[in-house]
Amino acid sequence: MINMKKPFSLQLDPDAFRPATAEEKEYISRMRPSSTFFRDGWKRLMKNKVATVSMILIIVITLSCILIPLFWPYSYDAMLGVRPGKPVDSSFNNLAPFTYGKTELKRIEEGESVFPHIFGTDAHGRDYFIRIVFGTRISLAVGFFASIIVLLIGLIIGSIAGYAGGKVDLFIMRIVDIIYSLPDMLVIILLAVVLGRVLNLEGTILEKIGSNIISMFIVFGLLYWVSMARLIRGQILSLREQEYVLSARATGAKGSWIIRKHLLPNCISVIIISTALQIPNAIFTESFLSFLGLGVNAPMPSLGSLASDALNGLNTYTYRLIIPAAVICLIVLSLNLFGDGLRDAFDPKLNA
Amino acid sequence: MSENKNDILLDVRGLKQYFPINTGFLKTRPLKAVDDVSFTIRRGETLGLVGESGCGKTTVGRTILHLYQPTAGEIRYDGQLIESKQSIREFRKKATMVFQDPYSSLNPRMTVSDIVAEPLDVHELCRTKQEREERVLELLGYVGLNSEHASRYAHEFSGGQRQRIGIARALAVNPEFIVCDEPVSALDVSIQAQVINMFDDLQDRLGLTYLFIAHDLLVVRHISDRIAVMYLGKLVELADADEIYRHPLHPYSRSLLSAVPLPDPKKARANKRIVLSGDIPSPLNAPSGCPFRTRCRYATEQCAQSMPELKDEGAGHLVACHRLKEIGD
Repeated sequence: MINMKKPFSLQLDPDAFRPATAEEKEYISRMRPSSTFFRDGWKRLMKNKVATVSMILIIVITLSCILIPLFWPYSYDAMLGVRPGKPVDSSFNNLAPFTYGKTELKRIEEGESVFPHIFGTDAHGRDYFIRIVFGTRISLAVGFFASIIVLLIGLIIGSIAGYAGGKVDLFIMRIVDIIYSLPDMLVIILLAVVLGRVLNLEGTILEKIGSNIISMFIVFGLLYWVSMARLIRGQILSLREQEYVLSARATGAKGSWIIRKHLLPNCISVIIISTALQIPNAIFTESFLSFLGLGVNAPMPSLGSLASDALNGLNTYTYRLIIPAAVICLIVLSLNLFGDGLRDAFDPKLNA
Repeated sequence: MSENKNDILLDVRGLKQYFPINTGFLKTRPLKAVDDVSFTIRRGETLGLVGESGCGKTTVGRTILHLYQPTAGEIRYDGQLIESKQSIREFRKKATMVFQDPYSSLNPRMTVSDIVAEPLDVHELCRTKQEREERVLELLGYVGLNSEHASRYAHEFSGGQRQRIGIARALAVNPEFIVCDEPVSALDVSIQAQVINMFDDLQDRLGLTYLFIAHDLLVVRHISDRIAVMYLGKLVELADADEIYRHPLHPYSRSLLSAVPLPDPKKARANKRIVLSGDIPSPLNAPSGCPFRTRCRYATEQCAQSMPELKDEGAGHLVACHRLKEIGD
């Protein structure tokens, strides 16, 4: 009877004021799940539509240039009009998109289905679509590997210069300044010419890639690490003054430990971003050199050499220039936009 | 620890730390951050080190731990000279440091358990992962954190909690001696009290010895057994904490202590503040003789000519002043 409360009474219910039990407290207190740096950055990246679309595009292009050659019925270096023991069938040369050569037309009349030449064929009767796919593959591979070379060399030298400081830093930075002052295109062209004669690639796996591409990698390794090294040195120079580095030194940690555990993890965002922006740069250089005839060795195509070959028939076969040019644009643009998105998502200074 | 109170743990003799400052092309001048400082710390005690900003307190702490190579002087720990690489490495397992800024002293890319276990990893003190994990939890327990905090990142914590993480890291190697470099000056007052009490508590439990660097005089008085006063890279007074508060002898200590705010307004009104004129001189061109003479109202010719020795004025109260007798009480 005492506990019965009148419906309109203003009397407070004492039960509501009892201290909470342990279980009730447990129910209320809940810790937010720990969010790591990468998860945060990934979330921000996904919110950026342009960057997401670019990323998907890059993935699609990469996958297709890896997978398409596996099932495509034509190969990039097979001249369709040339068959052993028979005269060259010139009807296969310079086919327009979705047209067929003489023997193929005959097979179609007999009821066979023939895989179409989506982009036609080139002046030697090679399927143009698969050549574009292969060219993309070469360009992307050059872009990625050149960036990795640049990253590795720049990372090691930059972090040593930044952490050691003093005379070591001064010495390395003067070398960087000297390399900066070299005209890189001239060096690439000279090296490509010299290495082509000096390097004996015959019989090795590298033969297919060609001495020009090798020399391009060497040049990337020699010249392009400098900007990466400078960037990383600058980062490390500011990070090593942090108190947590001092604390690691006070516990007796060695230089390599401090660089690995403290300095590099804290400039990882800068590393990722500049590597992502380095790739289109390398692709561009490769295309440019191939266009000049210093890129991959024939018959291996690259986007630049395809564009260069297309110049011969520019009036009649304009699309042969437009297609590789468009692919270069697409790759470079989406990589650049993706790199920008990465910077927005991961650079702590921009979204502090 | 109390069985042998006079057992000297750390003995610093004639410590000098000069930094070269570029004053032009290929020209350098020494900045005398610490100039001929000697003191001892007994096992189990807390020595407070106070002074103005830029007087070299922090440099003393860091030089003792060989974070800077001392320009001159010797540091003996437990009677052993700390100089060779081997001895420094051994010393680092016994002496650690707590830093001033809880925001920059923890690596933002490491979890709390990795931060706390870093000294264990560096010295390879834990053989198995499980042993490491248990030790981390034990350390977090010392400072009032729990296992739920171990997998988090430093930015998820408040200033006080971060400082606790820093303390747990300093305790990881089971040290005997900790240099506390203004560990509470970046915290707000209520948290300061918590952390200070924790230092006290840990000292009792683990038998630690502290060199406690601070500029908050009340904090130092609370935690220290003895207090050393520094001015411009030199030690000017060293005495028991209560003694120095009751009878500061050096004119600089007197003015410093008169600036301590008193909670009782009546006493505060009666308290005469000794206001110093002028600024602290630059350590790049420190005055000759006694460094304090430019601001000391008792200074004479003698003070400009020679640096007074640190002399015992009875009961272990060390003062460096020529004009002690003339000043009187």
